[in-house]
Amino acid sequence: MPADWDIWAVSDWVTKPGEWRNEVMEEGPEELSTGSRKRERKKRRQARETGFKCSALLCSEPRPRCCRWYHIVAMVVYAVLILNKAGGLIFQRDFNPGLQKLTSNDYLILAGTFHGVHAITSQISPTNETGASGLEVLESENFVMRCFQTLTGTKFLVFAEPRQPNLDVVVRRVYELYSDYVMKNPFYQIEMPIRSEGFERHLSAYIKPHQ
Amino acid sequence: MNRDTSPFRPASTGASPTPKHASLTASTNLRYSLTRKSIYDRHLNRTKTSELSKSAFAFLFGEMVQHAQKKVYGVQDLEKKLNQHGYAVGQRFLELLLWREGRTAKRETRILGILQFISHSLYRAIFQKPADTLEKVRENEDEYMISDNDPLVNSYISVPKEMSQLNCAAFIAGIIEAVLDGHCFPAKVTAHTAPSDMWPGRTVFLIKFEPEVLEREGLRHGST
Repeated sequence: MPADWDIWAVSDWVTKPGEWRNEVMEEGPEELSTGSRKRERKKRRQARETGFKCSALLCSEPRPRCCRWYHIVAMVVYAVLILNKAGGLIFQRDFNPGLQKLTSNDYLILAGTFHGVHAITSQISPTNETGASGLEVLESENFVMRCFQTLTGTKFLVFAEPRQPNLDVVVRRVYELYSDYVMKNPFYQIEMPIRSEGFERHLSAYIKPHQ
Repeated sequence: MNRDTSPFRPASTGASPTPKHASLTASTNLRYSLTRKSIYDRHLNRTKTSELSKSAFAFLFGEMVQHAQKKVYGVQDLEKKLNQHGYAVGQRFLELLLWREGRTAKRETRILGILQFISHSLYRAIFQKPADTLEKVRENEDEYMISDNDPLVNSYISVPKEMSQLNCAAFIAGIIEAVLDGHCFPAKVTAHTAPSDMWPGRTVFLIKFEPEVLEREGLRHGST
């Protein structure tokens, strides 16, 4: 395990307290002096303590068990996109490295294309037309994308690391933040790009809670 | 006979047996409840401890800000408008608050007393928490500051960059101003954003008393 090993880079790590303690305590970088090693340990101890209070919408275990000891859950969400009902991109933000950075024009094209594909997929189902919701999950080797469409036609896209659990919860929470900090803001014009400082602050606090 | 021959006759005439307000009593609308009592018939203490949906308030306040924005030319003007809205609320609220205090209500005669009243009683009555700090401006004799770490009215509002001077808590400043005026402490109250690391939305209400208030304070209590 490398010395600059970062616990937040590990996504769905499940461990028991004993194992965890051994790993952390004995995995100090060898070449450090005692003082800096102590500091290193202290840092890790703090990280561990904050880590156990996992901020936990992600975790489906019952609260006392999961949050205290059993799960270290770090959420790796790469990006969040919001599309208005006409398929225009109104919000785009990268949170973790992992996706190629596109030009703003390309993001607009991506949004428009996805909007079209979503419209087609929502009509493609042969069985019933009432429950057709269109494209919801898109998986590839390097990422998974979750789409959530509100009743008014706004779409929320969340790009995350593959095998990321409970992405639908994340999307719902983003929707909740959107309805709080964007829709209740009197300076926001509907269907226009989102420039709300409160929304960005709360969104990044939710998606990157420990950084 | 006559009735049948005129098809263009309006459905209801003056002679119709049902009185006009029958529909009002039959169904609830905003002004009349089923029991035909308006909110003015209720006891004033009835809503003392009841709570209001924060979202509903946020939408209402948002609409208020948008409405005020239509008729103004600048940030200063908009703040003044919000301040006026708050002033109207404050005048009424002070009356209600003193009525609710009943026999324990006291007429504040000192600056410190009235400021305590605002930052505790008034703030608690409106927001269910006291104001966060109450300070005196060191340089100026007539200026005081009440700060609120996260004003309720601003909790969902993000002011755009081009209007960075604006603070919608001018509404609360108006309430405070009205309460001060009602207690015969005429003052100007303004809201300023003073963000700190922990509280990005921290707001300071700067209270500047008129000179006659200080003069009176000096006459009454100056020797002590």
